[in-house]
Amino acid sequence: MGDETHVYTGAERTSPAAEDATLFAPVQQTGPLFFRVALALMAVVAWAAFAYGWQLWHGLGVTGLNRPVYWGIYITNFVFFIGVSHAGTLISAILRICQAEWRRAITRMAEVITVLVLFFGVGNVLIDMGRPDRMLNVIRHPHFRSPLLWDACSITAYLTASTIYLYLPLIPDIALLRDRVGGWRGRLYVWLALGWTGSEAQQRRLKRAIGVMAVLVIPIAVSVHTVVSWVFAMTVQPMWHSTIFGPYFVVGAIFSGIGAIITAMAIIRRVYRLEDYLKPVHFNNLGILLLVMALLWFYFTFAEYLTTWYGREPVEMGVFWAKVAGPYAPFFWAMFLFCFVIPFGVLCRRRTRTVAGTVVASVSVNVGMWLERFTIVVPTLVNPRLAAVRGVYTPTWVEWSIMAGCFAAFILLYMGFTKLFPIVSIWEVREGQEEGIPETLERIQTYLPGKAVNAE
Amino acid sequence: MHRKDGAPRWGMVIDLDRCTGCQACVVACKQENNVPFSTPEEAEMGRMIAWVQVLPTVEGEYPDVKMRFMPLLCQQCDHPPCTNVCPTGATYKNAEGIVAQVYPRCIGCRYCANACPYSAKFFNWSEPQWPESMRASFNPDVSVRPKGVVEKCTFCHHRLIRAREQARAEGREMVPADYQPACVQVCPAEAMTFGDLNDPHSEVAALAKDSRAFRLLEDLGTEPKVIYLREGV
Repeated sequence: MGDETHVYTGAERTSPAAEDATLFAPVQQTGPLFFRVALALMAVVAWAAFAYGWQLWHGLGVTGLNRPVYWGIYITNFVFFIGVSHAGTLISAILRICQAEWRRAITRMAEVITVLVLFFGVGNVLIDMGRPDRMLNVIRHPHFRSPLLWDACSITAYLTASTIYLYLPLIPDIALLRDRVGGWRGRLYVWLALGWTGSEAQQRRLKRAIGVMAVLVIPIAVSVHTVVSWVFAMTVQPMWHSTIFGPYFVVGAIFSGIGAIITAMAIIRRVYRLEDYLKPVHFNNLGILLLVMALLWFYFTFAEYLTTWYGREPVEMGVFWAKVAGPYAPFFWAMFLFCFVIPFGVLCRRRTRTVAGTVVASVSVNVGMWLERFTIVVPTLVNPRLAAVRGVYTPTWVEWSIMAGCFAAFILLYMGFTKLFPIVSIWEVREGQEEGIPETLERIQTYLPGKAVNAE
Repeated sequence: MHRKDGAPRWGMVIDLDRCTGCQACVVACKQENNVPFSTPEEAEMGRMIAWVQVLPTVEGEYPDVKMRFMPLLCQQCDHPPCTNVCPTGATYKNAEGIVAQVYPRCIGCRYCANACPYSAKFFNWSEPQWPESMRASFNPDVSVRPKGVVEKCTFCHHRLIRAREQARAEGREMVPADYQPACVQVCPAEAMTFGDLNDPHSEVAALAKDSRAFRLLEDLGTEPKVIYLREGV
């Protein structure tokens, strides 16, 4: 399958110059495919901007929202994007703390997902607001009893921490670019490199800072999606007011986050020819993580629905049956198929846990998780406690257009990032080759009986 | 719940035995509070704003069909689920128990509307519209809301302010009959009673303790101040 099993002595390492070329190439050259894709995405974004302008002019009546379904696609997207944002931090931070060597090529592309997608999470809240011109009221007159304020604080902390956590390990690579690239970009890199020279002292400081951020970012990330879930769970609405929501949403976020990384990895690997850096073993390992999250997700979902069904509270059962057998059944069962059946089927066997297999599973997971957010937000609103007010929700072109625009803009920004900065952390991969191998060997020897070969 | 400082706690009792479902209250409320008109299409979509609505429920099957009518409005809860979740404090419970809406503060997030178990809150999905001929009938005491904000029944709070000012101008105390929301005032069947629940001598306080009295969704602990009197049969 491409994983060779021979002892790596370091002598076979290809020369640094050849290695770097693949990683620097996207920053230094741009092919026609990039421009074609970028143009297409910009067209989608422009259309979405028009749709939003339409909405600003006419009011939220241009959506399919109504009484009692006051939230729909936009809030679904908000929760979905914030969920995907758990890609970078948790994977990158946890793998760093666990000293998992296979993380080196992945961390940066994961961290970029986090930082960029958070803007679209927040963006969807602003898009959903009836009076976005008054958004500063949340800062001028904060009402801290509202879970939305907890959201605002948590997401701000997360965005700040993730940006720092993306930036710190980027510095040595920016320094590498600074020494290679001129023009306006060279000046940008000089400024962003903060005078990095690679000295011992600087390296020590950087490693410590990264270590601190890695630890800090994890509780912040957990708090973010917990607090997002509490926007729903803190109301008394049927099938929203559930204690499981906090952990359930965090698990779902990590789940969709890993799916997003795998998809991004596969695309970048193909487009920038990084087969040497993103090997089948990376996909296999992330595939196993995705499988674990699929099982966890299934466990939480099963617990939630079994508890509801067994209790048979009438108002909860109204929402339950709407999801399981009623108008939302197609969404619910599609969610189950995409979140569990397909990923489990593909990922539970080594033979299908290939690059292609994990990509199929991760795309399926992301589709399924979007459906999961939708089936959490909408059926509860469609079936309010007072049955006479029951509603229906049909999203309009405005909502779909804006949603498409969000995805297109995210991909566009991501592509832009890959043109400015190396998408694989060059210095960390080198560090893995030079220091990671001997360090890991020593570490493993300390686990085993007998003296360590290199006493240190 | 009785406040020791003697502040009133405004409440309403609706006798379902008297309600005929005529919807005079609905019309009066819209008129009084400058509520925008809706087209039949908007009403079909669930976009119509009616701070008080008469909800019909059909019970049984032919030939034992029974039609029940329940005027539904903001229940003015003593423990409102909506005020907790507002990020800007645009909806809050004032000192006299009325759950208020501050239109200029509202950012239109609709969290309060989603949190209300009675579905008693409404949103301005577009710029409010009235036929030209109706514009002369605007109530100058009530602000016209822009698109993008949430609104709901306020127990015609502007009438309370006006009644107090009137009483002060006349050098007397305000009496209960001075302050009546439009719906209560107009009900031809006199099914609605309004007053100070804290006043032990008020009619509304007495009716609230009636054996037929019940509150909607009482087990949620919202402590609504709209009390219904069950139908006799």
